[in-house]
Amino acid sequence: MIDLKDISRVYQMGSEKVYALNKACLHIEPGEFVSIIGPSGSGKSTLMNIIGCLDTADSGTYLLDGIPIQDYSERALARVRNRKIGFVFQSFNLIPKLTAEENVELPLIYQGVPRGERRERVEAALARMELQRRAKHLPTELSGGQQQRVAIARAIVTNPSLILADEPTGNLDSRTSEEIMEVFRELHSQGNTIVLITHDNDVARQAERIVHIRDGQLSEGAL
Amino acid sequence: MIQALKMAMKSIAGNKFRAFLTMLGIIIGVMALVILVSLVNGATGTVTDTIAKMGSDLITVRISDDKGKPITLDTLDGWMDTEGVGLIAPSGTATATGKYGSTNATFQVYGATPAYEQVNGLKLLLGRFLKASDVDNHTDVCVINEAAAEKLVGYTDCLNVEISLSGRKFRVVGVLEDDEDSLTAVFGADSLVAYIPYTTLLRLSSTVSSTITSFSVSAAEGSDLAAAESAMRKLLMDRFDEDEDAFTLSSRNIMEAAMNNVTSILTVLLGGIAAISLIVGGIGIMNIMLVTVTERTREIGIRKAIGAGRGAILLQFLLESVVLCMLGCAIGVFASWAVLQVISIVVSSLGIVFSLEWNVVAIAIGFCFAIGVIFGLYPANKAAKMAPIDALHYGG
Repeated sequence: MIDLKDISRVYQMGSEKVYALNKACLHIEPGEFVSIIGPSGSGKSTLMNIIGCLDTADSGTYLLDGIPIQDYSERALARVRNRKIGFVFQSFNLIPKLTAEENVELPLIYQGVPRGERRERVEAALARMELQRRAKHLPTELSGGQQQRVAIARAIVTNPSLILADEPTGNLDSRTSEEIMEVFRELHSQGNTIVLITHDNDVARQAERIVHIRDGQLSEGAL
Repeated sequence: MIQALKMAMKSIAGNKFRAFLTMLGIIIGVMALVILVSLVNGATGTVTDTIAKMGSDLITVRISDDKGKPITLDTLDGWMDTEGVGLIAPSGTATATGKYGSTNATFQVYGATPAYEQVNGLKLLLGRFLKASDVDNHTDVCVINEAAAEKLVGYTDCLNVEISLSGRKFRVVGVLEDDEDSLTAVFGADSLVAYIPYTTLLRLSSTVSSTITSFSVSAAEGSDLAAAESAMRKLLMDRFDEDEDAFTLSSRNIMEAAMNNVTSILTVLLGGIAAISLIVGGIGIMNIMLVTVTERTREIGIRKAIGAGRGAILLQFLLESVVLCMLGCAIGVFASWAVLQVISIVVSSLGIVFSLEWNVVAIAIGFCFAIGVIFGLYPANKAAKMAPIDALHYGG
């Protein structure tokens, strides 16, 4: 499902070259729930951007569902993000001017799904997150946990191959974090592939598989 | 596309005051364009109509140097037989004090021949116009206009009344209908006019001599003015030794053409000034769109992350700018219509009606659309080109 081989990503910092990722390799099977854990500056975000097709590697190969991503054009990458990946961010990243349901609807609009089907799928996704009664609210009228659940609804509404979560509990208190993690466990039990990036051991421990990242290189292992 | 349009509308509605201020430039530009051009067209339309109504079948000839070969009434009579030339009427004029009973009034007195009536398109209300015998016999008869009859005599039906002009008695043989649309009505309303035989005028006024220096020519029946003009020019060239500077020929057509020329220059000039203000409005739109793009960098990042392609982002921001422009245009056109209505009411006494010139409105709409696209393209492209990760991490 995800197959990263010898992925490198280099940033030019003044005259120095910094390897954010240095020949990183990672293989993830469909239906897996994987945590990627590492301290800040370890290349976590870069890895997440590359897995999420927001950025491309300087060298190495990346196969997503067997498709070589590194050769894709920007336009094709947008399509892949739209159809195959559901993002959940630390800061929720909802569009403040749109209501909860409009935020969830957005990826379907970009897919060109007809209006009637859109309505149904948005409703279903919000129902799965138990947010039906908040559908018409703006993000600012929702609590942090509710906002994150709207973001998760937006991520799953397209039935993506992969749900990619970047510190999804980072801006939440511990009780709400627990709620959100429960949502991820449930999504996993329904057969979704989930990659969760975090620096928090307690969060990482909830996944069935843990991958450490340090100095741009990946290693399997328990905590 | 429809979705993108909805998004654009939503974004504009989300910030109404700013949207209005942004549109103000376009609104003012459109108003300037539509109102100025409509005003010019309305005003000149009225004037041109008036000129056209005065009859375009008239050539006016002025002799500046007769080279010792003075033109007399007999010369004109001879010329009337020329192919293409219709009637010729001399124009001699003087001012005189008209007197009836104890009433005094200043008259414009024209020396006329029978041809004068037809050449100048005069309409009789009562009685008759001057006859050839009046001219031959230097008769003391006159034809006066309605205004003169009412002002001097006191009533319109004043045939055979004797009035005095510069101390000489004249019998009124005809009263002319006052033509509301005539040149005299427009430029010298209520002037008192008397027409007397040309030969009589020679005796009345010292400034008018038997040498005719100015006369009007009409086209022959079934022939056009151009033919009459060229025939007349040939006659004059023959008489004055091929010297073009000895006379001037002008027709109402030339006046109309000159008028049209002035109008179109004025229209282009004012339209150009208005177009500049529209472009300034467009720059305002571009400025705000650039601010909007920067402000919404994060939103662009989110949209891109969840799968919006370059095209979708470009379309969204381009539509926003086009919608802003078109909205401004619509408001501007409506405001122009309102202003023109008000102006029409204010100047209604002049009988000039100003209405929206639809072709100008069409130009304004097209122009606004172009401005929306041209000035929206750069900010929209800037938004579309953003890298999703940079945009996502913008400002936190």
